[in-house]
Amino acid sequence: MSHIVNKQRNILDFALSSLLRRKGKNLALVTVYTLVVFALASVMFFTQALKKEATLVLGATPELIVQKLVAGRHDLIPVSYIGKIKKIRGVAGVEPRLWGYYYDPLVRANYTLLVNDKFKLPPQNILVGAGIARVRGAYRGRSINFFSYDGKPLTFRVRGVLSLESELLSADLIMISPADFRRLFGIPEGYATDLTVHVRNHKEVATVAAKIQQFFPDTRPILRDEILRTYKAVFDWRSSIVIVVLAGALLAFLIFAWDKAAGLSAEERREIGILKAIGWETSDVLQLKFWEGLTVSLTAFLVGTILAYVHVFWAAAPLFATVIKGWSTLYPNFRLTPFLSFYQIAILFFFTVVPYTVATIIPSWRAATIDPDQVMRT
Amino acid sequence: MIELQHIRKVFNAGKPNEHVAVDDVSLGIEAGKVTVLTGPSGSGKTTLLSLLGCMARPTSGRIRLRDREVTSLPARFLTEIRRKTFGFIFQQYNLIQGISVLENVMLPAYPNGDGFLQLKERAGELLELFNLRPKAYAKVEWLSGGEAQRTAIARALVNDPQVIIADEPTAHLDSKLSRELMEIVSTFKAAGKTIVIASHDPIVYDSPVVDTVVAMRDGKIIDAGAA
Repeated sequence: MSHIVNKQRNILDFALSSLLRRKGKNLALVTVYTLVVFALASVMFFTQALKKEATLVLGATPELIVQKLVAGRHDLIPVSYIGKIKKIRGVAGVEPRLWGYYYDPLVRANYTLLVNDKFKLPPQNILVGAGIARVRGAYRGRSINFFSYDGKPLTFRVRGVLSLESELLSADLIMISPADFRRLFGIPEGYATDLTVHVRNHKEVATVAAKIQQFFPDTRPILRDEILRTYKAVFDWRSSIVIVVLAGALLAFLIFAWDKAAGLSAEERREIGILKAIGWETSDVLQLKFWEGLTVSLTAFLVGTILAYVHVFWAAAPLFATVIKGWSTLYPNFRLTPFLSFYQIAILFFFTVVPYTVATIIPSWRAATIDPDQVMRT
Repeated sequence: MIELQHIRKVFNAGKPNEHVAVDDVSLGIEAGKVTVLTGPSGSGKTTLLSLLGCMARPTSGRIRLRDREVTSLPARFLTEIRRKTFGFIFQQYNLIQGISVLENVMLPAYPNGDGFLQLKERAGELLELFNLRPKAYAKVEWLSGGEAQRTAIARALVNDPQVIIADEPTAHLDSKLSRELMEIVSTFKAAGKTIVIASHDPIVYDSPVVDTVVAMRDGKIIDAGAA
């Protein structure tokens, strides 16, 4: 056993000193390789963490949302629907919701306005998300003006800045009282934006949704799981955009790495010949090349992954955040909860370390099968 | 020690550039003796050396090493025999550039699986023997011709081989260094090693340490006798 370990240690030692001999070339290769791993890992970590964050945040939302549709478009829903929905077996409660978007031409941003009875806001008082507070200077005690649906200016006093557990979803949020919301958007009493339905047993959500649709064919019940799925799809789509943008760089690297790994220089061929002539077996030469390839690719993988971790979870991914998060003006300022999965790391490892290591071995195998007596003739 | 029976080696067989390098050679190499293969360039000395040292297989004929037929052995066994039985000194030294003298000397022993420190000590002793200790950590490209030659000899000895094979070892040495080399060869002989040298340098084949001179021409032995 110690014989095998010693042999591998000796070969590894020579592999390392071989890499050091071509310091400049190998350093350039490791640097480019690291950057590629860093870019891929950053996108992967960021997307996964966002999806996880969305799952956590949406975990507290109701299982079911009911919207009214008119000509396939979302319309205000009569509050009178609540009575019949409440009577469906398994429904724990139904609440009307008031929410909407307000475009602020001053900062060219859309705000999300939401009524939440929990805050018990007095008239003309609002709570704002951190993003709005930053761009409008709307901090506690200041006033902010909006124009109502009929063009009249309305002044609101900022009662505080929202400090929800995740700024991901609250950066552009404004909490407002029901009366102010109706005044701002001209929504009559007896109507709500949508209804939230709480279901006692999670397994019954789909059945309850089907019943609601049966009672009110003009509604669309939306399941929480569907929202989560949509979020995931959106974040996946956004990360794909980044990957496509990076594709050029990835391709350039692949060509560079393939050229480096797959093509042996005359000097390297000669060295393989010498090693064979002094008693190295073909398998010993292949092990040497395996260690060389593994050292380069593993170093790049580890450094790239660590850099990506720091980039995403410590520095909030400044390089990709704007694309992947998807906000146009009010960028949320938040740190993602570190989230890594073994599956993710394994995929990254498989697509970065394995191809390079294999690519280094194949040409060496070809060179290592030559007769050692070639060396005698050079 | 080594017995060659009707050895023939053909390169590019069946092609227009077919070349018979060794043609029906039968020869016995005695253990503990110094044998020199001599002859002009292209006479087949180097090819015969590589066949003797299990570096290449003959096209036909048999080679026996200590009464063991080795021509039909699989490549893996042949490599092991080569590593454990033979030490090679090449005409161009064939040292690996960019690494130290010490590492070059240790290289043939890496696949044996000996402990690194033990191996380093053994290589250090050889460097001491050839006055190369101060150069142990110098890169081989910084060495003079004589130092590179001695490094190549130390490397050939690191696995303590029974047979030392040297191909034109004095080709790049002046007369003084060539004589020094033959003194080293005499110490090998005194230590009981078998030495086979290919050379057309009179300093080598006229040396008193040489026991047998085998003259070759056009791939054939034209004369084999005591020096």
